[in-house]
Order: sequence, then structure tokens, then C-alpha cells
Amino acid sequence: MTRRRVVITGIGVVAPGGIGVKNFWSLLSGGRTATRGITFFDPAQFRSRVAAEIDFDAEANGLSPQEIRRMDRAAQLAVVAAREAVEDSGLAFGDLDPYRIGTTIGSAVGATTGLDQEYRVVSDSGRLELVDHTYAVPHLYNYLVPSSFAAEVAWAVGAEGPSTVVSTGCTSGLDSVGHAVELIREGSADVMIAGASDAPISPITMACFDAIKATTPRNDDPEHASRPFDGTRNGFVLGEGSAVFVLEELAGARRRGAHTYAEIAGYASRCNAFHMTGLRPDGAEMAEAIDVALAEARMNGDEIDYINAHGSGTKQNDRHETAAFKKSLGDHAYRTPVSSIKSMVGHSLGAIGSIEIAASVLAMEHHVVPPTANLHTPDPQCDLDYVPLTAREWATDAVLTVGSGFGGFQSAMVLTRPKRSV
Amino acid sequence: MSKQFTLDDLKRILLEGAGADESVDLDADILDLGLEELGYESLALLETASRIEREYGISLDEVELTHTLTPRELIDAVNTCLTPSAAA
Amino acid sequence: MTRSVVVTGLGVVSPNGLGAKEFWTATLAGQSGIGPVTRFDASPYPVRLAGEVPGFTAREHVPSRLIPQTDRMTQLALTATDWALADAGVEPEELPEFDMGVVTASSSGGFEFGQDELRKLWSQGSQYVSAYQSFAWFYAVNSGQISIRNGMKGPSGVVVSDQAGGLDALAHARRQIRKGTRLIVSGGVDASICPWGWVAQLAGGRLSTSDDPERAFLPFDAGARGHVPGEGGAIVILEAAEAARQRGARIYGEMAGYGATFDPAPGSGREPGLRRAIELALADAGADPAEVDVVFADAAAVPELDRSEAAAIAAVFGPRGVPVTAPKTMTGRLYSGAAPLDVAAALFSIEDGLIPPTTHVTARPDHRLDLVTGAPRTARVRTALVLARGYGGFNSAVLVRA
Repeated sequence: MTRRRVVITGIGVVAPGGIGVKNFWSLLSGGRTATRGITFFDPAQFRSRVAAEIDFDAEANGLSPQEIRRMDRAAQLAVVAAREAVEDSGLAFGDLDPYRIGTTIGSAVGATTGLDQEYRVVSDSGRLELVDHTYAVPHLYNYLVPSSFAAEVAWAVGAEGPSTVVSTGCTSGLDSVGHAVELIREGSADVMIAGASDAPISPITMACFDAIKATTPRNDDPEHASRPFDGTRNGFVLGEGSAVFVLEELAGARRRGAHTYAEIAGYASRCNAFHMTGLRPDGAEMAEAIDVALAEARMNGDEIDYINAHGSGTKQNDRHETAAFKKSLGDHAYRTPVSSIKSMVGHSLGAIGSIEIAASVLAMEHHVVPPTANLHTPDPQCDLDYVPLTAREWATDAVLTVGSGFGGFQSAMVLTRPKRSV
Repeated sequence: MSKQFTLDDLKRILLEGAGADESVDLDADILDLGLEELGYESLALLETASRIEREYGISLDEVELTHTLTPRELIDAVNTCLTPSAAA
Repeated sequence: MTRSVVVTGLGVVSPNGLGAKEFWTATLAGQSGIGPVTRFDASPYPVRLAGEVPGFTAREHVPSRLIPQTDRMTQLALTATDWALADAGVEPEELPEFDMGVVTASSSGGFEFGQDELRKLWSQGSQYVSAYQSFAWFYAVNSGQISIRNGMKGPSGVVVSDQAGGLDALAHARRQIRKGTRLIVSGGVDASICPWGWVAQLAGGRLSTSDDPERAFLPFDAGARGHVPGEGGAIVILEAAEAARQRGARIYGEMAGYGATFDPAPGSGREPGLRRAIELALADAGADPAEVDVVFADAAAVPELDRSEAAAIAAVFGPRGVPVTAPKTMTGRLYSGAAPLDVAAALFSIEDGLIPPTTHVTARPDHRLDLVTGAPRTARVRTALVLARGYGGFNSAVLVRA
């Protein structure tokens, strides 16, 4: 029996710097950054006071007042991205068996922003240890258990197949899509609405990353604060956003003449079993994930045209993954453009893996590799071609995208241009 | 009179904030061992430093929390911050 | 040919028993773990009963270094994992590290840890927030900590689908074994019995306000009035059947079938998805409804949800067509921990030929269920179905068999 193949036929993105795929690609291909001084709350007490915020008007993006009331911001972003993806796919959802449509939404920190705000209310700004239930909003349970995100997306598209939230820290966005691919391959669904969303720009998140000095204190120059692979980098810039895809089984997509952006040819996730936040410099477990993803795609490392890196801009990460690329791709790693869009849209935790899949697919679509912005001073320990500052026209038919997350998760995905002949 | 930061203070804060590895005896002569040898990795050091900062009202931003840092070096660094002349 | 996947180890942390044997003995004896909340003063709240895991002292089970950086749910999960591995006779250091993975479910992460840090943030300031907050509360924490503690580098994952997630995790674990990994630690442990967790759970509107431990949680009963929340769950060792047989492992049973659906949007008038999830699980296992010897029900104890579950069971198995039970009446609902605990109970049922009772319940006749109440029922159990539903419309079903 031949394996069922899975393709992306619809994309939706809500990211800093622009809502919708078109605006997102314009930002990336223009090498512009969407990081800025925090405006969502007064950041004075924090060590890091920059973030990649979205100017998001839920109502203008089609959400009803009831939807806005009951959903955390991250759920709102996911639903808006899902609707764009569904429209983009041209798939007539009403004609499908709803049981054959599933949903996977990745999120690292769920409704953190909603929980932070509501805790402040019911605790009277931390004064009450026994928090007051009479002040709680009725939808607080949807914040407690973020499977509500998958529920909202499933309702929005009419999906009644397998649905779940995938929450593997900062690899959630890759793992959610990887999970969806597995469901289609094994025959549990024919269509999956898969992606990720996080909206963590909130005092508790800033405080927890301050505490481990993971976010950058480059507060005087917010537009250039996210500097992956640059020798002067000193931490990541927190972001927010969502990307959601329509995934279909290839044969079905072909039958209906759909535009197939990319095939998800290989995916794997491994654990470093080392440390909840730290990374060993050798990148061995990420390399293992890459090797397994390539094997699943039945490809060699030298067939990869572009690497969309995790590139968070922490010293540890950038060296870790540089080592992993060399381990898996050998000399070809030196000939392959590598870039981090976190330099432009920040690090939206669990969402970014899906946003980076979108960037990877668009790179193939346009044969343009997005740059690593703010990369002026090379770090001798990061010695690959990181596409500094400006986008590059580049024949791109196969992309490797990777992620690395707290908890030790390491994930890799291989995306290819679907070949006509098969 | 300035407060002094002692090994006992450090041991108390380490235990509160990061526990102790079962194979390590904090009551042995540990002053010149690396904190990593004592089972404390980067997170434990960050938690410990931040607990010291809060309790003593100082900033240890300038102290590099490397894995080779010893209890003696950390205690000295804290006491330097606690000395009034250093703050002047 | 898909690989058969079996359960070889169980680790249980339940309100009515610390340890798998202790849980099963208590469950057969009808001993409940439901009682007044002791972990905080619940008197100001309309709900005051819980299924708390009693007598668990983290220091006795978890390394000192890990205690300040972990929530109670992680401490319980690490302990359950130790017990499950020991039960399976697996020494992780003896197996290739990439051949072992961890897939757990979570509903609310380390919520009490998060509560304490939120309190420090808002009452004292950001510099009081712990260096461990960045991961101690998040949903991936148990998979991460279990993989680190046991040196497991294989495929891992975390799913969140409220109560259904406990089964979704087992299914995802089975998927990874079928793709070639030898062993996966799976299951779920949840705990959010703290003031902030309590208020968030209250908002769901499904908690029982009764103060009588024997009358508070009565699924399928005319007096059904919501559930008692609990904490704990079970960790399950899943292995490729051939690998387990080769090493001479004791096999509790096969994880033979799985199905998952999501309910239609509210107001659509369409049938809820549970019946279809059961049918998918049966088809996946290649099993006929007549082969199923017992159903472990989701047992929401919300009248409308009880009715829809009873209808789904009757639609597949016929009215009173299969013994049904809900031993969670002795633990409360454990969120992502509930269904893995039911899977453990189902496997013990197979082993002992005993179906544990649904305590204190008199089944409403109009549910048309053969509900096992009062005392354990002796039965030849070869195949058991476990059901779990998550808030919002998640339905999952798992079939285990001897």
C-alpha cells in the first residue's frame, strides 16, 4: 500500500506587522521588522520591554461580540487565521463529511494573557489568597483548559473529526501540523485544519522570561532588538501570532484541482532529555529529528534548498542549531541559505513553528528566501550563510524548518514542492 | 552596620530555591567547589541569585553566573554589594 | 501490517489509592477518595468537596533538586512514572535512548505553581517571579520532566483536549510505536485543587455543590447534579507487542482501538459525536460490539450529558446491551488523568474478571443502561471500552483487550 501524502492547500496568517498572508510576506520579503516597545501594558518594571505586538482589531477581522467575549486573544487569532486558510483553500467544506475533517491547534502557553488578566481581577491585584469567584468571567474555564482553541476553530469551520490542542512548548506549531499529517496519513481524517496560536505578551510572561534572562534587554532600540545569529545578540523578543493551514490528502486535492502550496514530506520530533531550558552545544537531538524527517521524506540532506531556522537569538540556541545543521547536512549546510524570521516577527512561542511553516511555503511559492534582519556582526561560532538583512531570490523546492523548545523538544519538518509526475 | 552574607545564608537560600542533590553534602567543605559540581545548573543559579537580590535588596547583574562560580566567589560578590562604600 | 501495541506497566496516583494495586483494591471495595477540600479553605466557595490524592509527600518520591521547580501535578506524574516503569520491569538506561518517548495529556498544566507566581507578580512585583515559572506551569512540563529524568529522547508529545486528552495521548503514543519507537511513557496526571484552579473550574458550571461525599457525584442517577473535581491520574507504559514479548514482559492487554470526534457546533441540531467515536474505536480494533464486555463511561453527572452518553452506548450496544460502570464516582473527575485511570481499571478488570462498581448510584431506568452498581460484578472480561469527553465537545474512545 502506498503512503497517503499530505499537502497544504490553504494558508492563513496573523502575525506582527500585518494580518493576512499578503501582508506577512510583504514584511518578510522586505526585511522589515515588527518589534517595538511594549504598548499593551506599562512595561516599566520589566528587564525586557520590547515585543512584537500585533495591531489586531477582532471585530474588524470578522469576529462577533460573543466570540470576542468568550475567547482569549490567542483563540481569536487562531480563528481569524483559520478562516483565511479555509477561504484560500477554495475547499467547499459544506460538501464534506464533517467527521473526516479534524483540527489540531498548537499553543505553548494557552490563554496566558486571559488568565493573567482574570487572576488580577479575582485576586484584587494579588491581595486575596482565596480568590473571589464572584468576580470571575463566565468563560474562565475556556482559559483554564486551552483545548477551547481547537474547539473554536472546529466550530468556525464545521469540523467534527479528531480535534486537539498540541502543547509542546515552542515546538507546538511544528508538532501540531506534524500531528495533523499523521492523522491524514493513517486515515483518521482527509482534511485537517492545523496550525498554532499564542498571544503571550502579558506581564506574567515578561516576568518569567526576565527571571531567566531569556529575553533581550535591548530596550533602547526595539526595532533592531531581535538579532538571531548576530554576535551582539542577547536574548529573544517575545511575539504573538497565529498561522493555520488547510491540509489535504494529495489525491483528493488533485482531484478537485486545488492549488497545492507544498507537500509535508517529512516530520519528526525528538527530546534532548537534558534540561527544561538549556541546550547542549552539539545539537545532537535536533540533528536526529532532522535525519528522521529527511528519511521520512526519502531525501538526502543535500536536496534541501533553504533552512528556516529556529533562530531565537539566544546565544545557546543559535550555536546549538548551527551545529545540528552541520551534523545533518554536512558540507551542504555551508551552501544552504539559513534564515530566522524571528528577527522580524519575534518569537511567538508555540505559534512560531506554524508561522515559520508559512514562511517556508511562501519562500517556495516565490523562490525568495526571507532574510535574517539585524544581522550585522557575524558570530564566529555561527558560520553558515544566514541571509543577512535582505531577501534573496533563490530557487527553492525543498525547505527544512526546525524548532526547539523548553522541555527539551526538538522538531524538524521537510516541505517540498509537490511534483507533477507522481 | 551592614549585613553580612555567610555560607549558612547561601546554603539556606540554595535549599529553598533549588533543593540539594542527594549525592552532595552541603555541610562538607564546599566553599571552593564549583556550584555546578554541587549539582546546581543555570536555572538553579538564576533562582538563587534572584532570591539573594530580593532578600538583600541588591543587584547581582554584574556577577557572571557561570557554572564554575564557587560559593566563596558568590558570597564575596554579595558582600561587596552589601558594603556601603561599594554602593557609593 | 500495523504493529500491535500493549500495556506493560501501570503507575497510579488516585484519590482512592497511591499505587496501582492500592487503587484497584480500594476500587473493588468501593472505597471513595472524595471528601472535604483540605488543601485550602474552600468554605467561601459553593463547591467544597474534592477527590484529593491523600498522603503524598513529594520529598519521599521526588529528588530534592526537582521539588522547588515542580508543581504538584508534575511531582505526582514523576512518581507515577517511576512506579509504572518498575511495574513494567523496564530500566530506561538499558534501552536505546531514542527508542523511548513520552506522550502525556494535560488540562491545566501546573496551575497551582502558576497561581503562586501570579500572586507574587501582582502583589510584590515582577522580580519576585520564579526562574522556574517559564516551564513549571505549562502544559508540556510533565512530558519534559519525565523525558529528562528517564533519559528518553524518542518522539514525544503533549495533547490538551480536556478529559478526552487522556485517551488522545494514549492514541498518539500508540501511533509513535507503530511508526517504530519501542516504548512510550503515556497517560495523564492533572491537579488544580487550589483557589485559583477552583474558581476557574467553577466557571465551567459543571461542579456539584453538594456537601455529602456519597451524594455529590451521581452520574446516570436521577440525582445527578454535576461532578466532584479530583486530582491525580495514571501513567501507562506502552510497548511494541513483539518487543514486550521478547523480553518476557507481563502484558496487561493490547491497546486495540481508538476513535475521536468533535461535537457539532452548538445549535446545529446534529447528533453529538460520541457514538461515532465508539464506532471508530471498534472498527479500528476490528471488533464487533458484541465482543465488548464492559464500558467505562465518561460519566459527566450532568443530566443532559448523561442522557447523550447513555444514548450513544445504547445506539451501539442496544438497550442494556453491555455492562457499564463509572468507578470515577470514587475519585471525582480527574480531567486528563481520568481516562488513563479508567484504562488501568479496565486492564485490572480483564485480569481479575471483576467489573468495579459505580458507587452510590441508582441508574435512572430511562437511560436504559446495565450499570454495575453496589458491588463488583464477576464477569469474563476480554475486551473493555473506555470513554472520555472533554469540555467543548471532545469525544474519545479506546478499546483494550486481553
